[in-house]
Amino acid sequence: MIISIESVYIFTGIITFLSSLYTFFDKKNPRRITSGLFYLIYAITLMCAKVIPSFYVGILVLVIVAIAGFGGVRTGSYGEASSEERQRNRGRLKNWLFLPALLIPLVTVGGVEGLKDLKIAGKFFLDPSNVTMVALGLAGVVALVVGMLMTKSSPVTTVKESRRLIEAIGWAAVLPQMLAMLGTIFDSAGVGNVVSKAVDHVIPSNSLFWAVFAYCVGMALFTMVMGNAFAAFPVMTAGIALPLIIGHFGVQADKVAAIGMFAGYCGTLMTPMAANFNIVPAALLDLKDKNYVIRTQFPTAIILLGVNIILMYLVARF
Amino acid sequence: MVLIGVLVVIVGFVLRLNPMLVVTVAGLVTGLIAHESLYSILTQFGQAFETNRYMAIFIATLPVIGLLERHGLREQAEHLVSKIKAATAGRILTIYLLVREIAAALGITSIGGPAQMVRPLVVPMAEGAIEATYGEVPEDVSQKVRGHAAAVDNIGLFFGEDIFIAVGAVLFMKGFFDQNHVHSEPIRMGLWAIPTAAAVFVIHTIRLYLLDKSIKRRMEQTPAQSVGTQEVAKQ
Repeated sequence: MIISIESVYIFTGIITFLSSLYTFFDKKNPRRITSGLFYLIYAITLMCAKVIPSFYVGILVLVIVAIAGFGGVRTGSYGEASSEERQRNRGRLKNWLFLPALLIPLVTVGGVEGLKDLKIAGKFFLDPSNVTMVALGLAGVVALVVGMLMTKSSPVTTVKESRRLIEAIGWAAVLPQMLAMLGTIFDSAGVGNVVSKAVDHVIPSNSLFWAVFAYCVGMALFTMVMGNAFAAFPVMTAGIALPLIIGHFGVQADKVAAIGMFAGYCGTLMTPMAANFNIVPAALLDLKDKNYVIRTQFPTAIILLGVNIILMYLVARF
Repeated sequence: MVLIGVLVVIVGFVLRLNPMLVVTVAGLVTGLIAHESLYSILTQFGQAFETNRYMAIFIATLPVIGLLERHGLREQAEHLVSKIKAATAGRILTIYLLVREIAAALGITSIGGPAQMVRPLVVPMAEGAIEATYGEVPEDVSQKVRGHAAAVDNIGLFFGEDIFIAVGAVLFMKGFFDQNHVHSEPIRMGLWAIPTAAAVFVIHTIRLYLLDKSIKRRMEQTPAQSVGTQEVAKQ
C-alpha cells in the first residue's frame, strides 16, 4: 500500500518530536528538561515502536510514567495570539474558519467510502486493514494544508500551535494508551474471567437480554467505581461482551462497543470519582453543594442507561 | 486475588495520586500476583503500548485545530452563540447542548468547557434571560441554572464526541478489539453512537423544558420579593 498506518504514526511522531524541541528551549517552563524529555520519548515510541523490541518500549513507558508521575511535566509559554489579534483575524475569515475543521471528518468519511478500493500501480492507496485510521491521518494533513493557505501561516506557526495544544493536554494524552495497557494486563491475569464467572452465576445463560443488561449496568457501575469509562471498558468487555454477546450470540462488535461505552459514560455522569467533570465545575461555578452537578445529571444518566440497554438489545436482536 | 489491581486503581484515584502512576502500579501488581516475570510484564506493556498507538492519532488533527484557534476559531463560535436570542434559560442551554454535541462530533472538543464557555458565557446568558423576564435572580435559581449549565456541557461533550472517530474513546475500543483479534471498523462505531447521541438530546431537552417550567413557578410564587427589596434599596 502507498499510505500505511505506520506513516500516520510517523506523522504524529514528527509533530510531537518537533514540539518537544521547543519545550527544551522554553526558558519559562520550570521543568523544561523533564517536560521536553517526556514528549521526546513519547515521540520516539510513536515513530519507532514497531522496530524497537517490546521489552525496551516497556522500559520507555516506565520512564515517561516516572517523569509524569513525579510532576516532571509542566506547561510553558507559547507566545499565543492576543485576544485583539484573534478578534482581528476572526473578522477577516469569519465562518470560513470552520471550513478546515469540517474538512477533517468530511475527508475521513470520503476517504473511507471513496478511496477504500483505490489502487495505484497495483497497490492499495490506503492501508486496507486500517482504512479509517489512515483516512483520518490523511484528513489531518489535507485540513492542515487548506488551513495554512487560508490563514497564510508558516509551518513554524503550526508546529508552535501543535505544541501549545499537546502541552495543554500534557501527560493526559498518554493516559488512554496506559489504561488500554492496564486492560491487557488485567485480561491476561484473568480479571475478565472473574467478572465472567460472577456474571455466569447471576444471569440465565441463554438470555441475550440479561447479558446486555449485565454488560451495560456493569459498565456504568464499574465506571462509577473507577471514575473512568476507559478503565471499565476492557474489563467488562472482556468479561461479558466478548464471550457472551459477541462470541455466543454473534453480535457485531462495532454496535456492542459504541453503545457499551455510552453506558459507561452514564456512570461517569453519576460519580464524584470523575472529578474533572463533576467536582471541578462545581467549584468553578460557585456551587455550594459540590455534588450538585452529579445530582443534576442523575435523572438523564439513569434514563439514558435504560435507553442504551434497550437499544443494544434491539440492535443485537434484529 | 487478581482483583487487587482493581483495588489499587480505586485507592489511587481516591487518594488523587497521578493516574499514570496509579495505572502503571496497578498493572505491575496485577502481573506480579499472576506470577508473571518482570520481563514478561514489561514486554506486555511495550506490546500494548505499540498496538494502542491508535489513540495517538488525534495528534494528527492538532496542527490545524491549533492554527484555527490562533485565528479566532473559539471567538467565532462564541460570536455565533452570543447571537442566539432565545428567551428562556432552558432554551439557551438547549442550544448550547446542541452546539456542544455537534462540535464534539466534529472532533472540536475545545469549544466549550466549564472554564472557557460555561462560566464566562453560558451562565451569564441563561441568568440574563431569567432576569429579563422576571427580574433579579434569587440564589437558589442561580444555583440550579449553574448546575444545569455544567451538566449540559458534560452531556454534550460525552455523547457527541464518540460520533467522530478522531476521539479517544473510539480509537480506544479499536485498539482493544485488535488486541483480542476481533474485527471492528471505527467509522461504524461512530455510526452506532448516533442513536444514543440523539436520544440524550431529546431526553435532556425535555428536562431543560421542565427546568423553564420550574423556574417560572418559582419566580411567580414570590413575584416581587427579591426585585422589590432591590428597588426599595435603590429608592
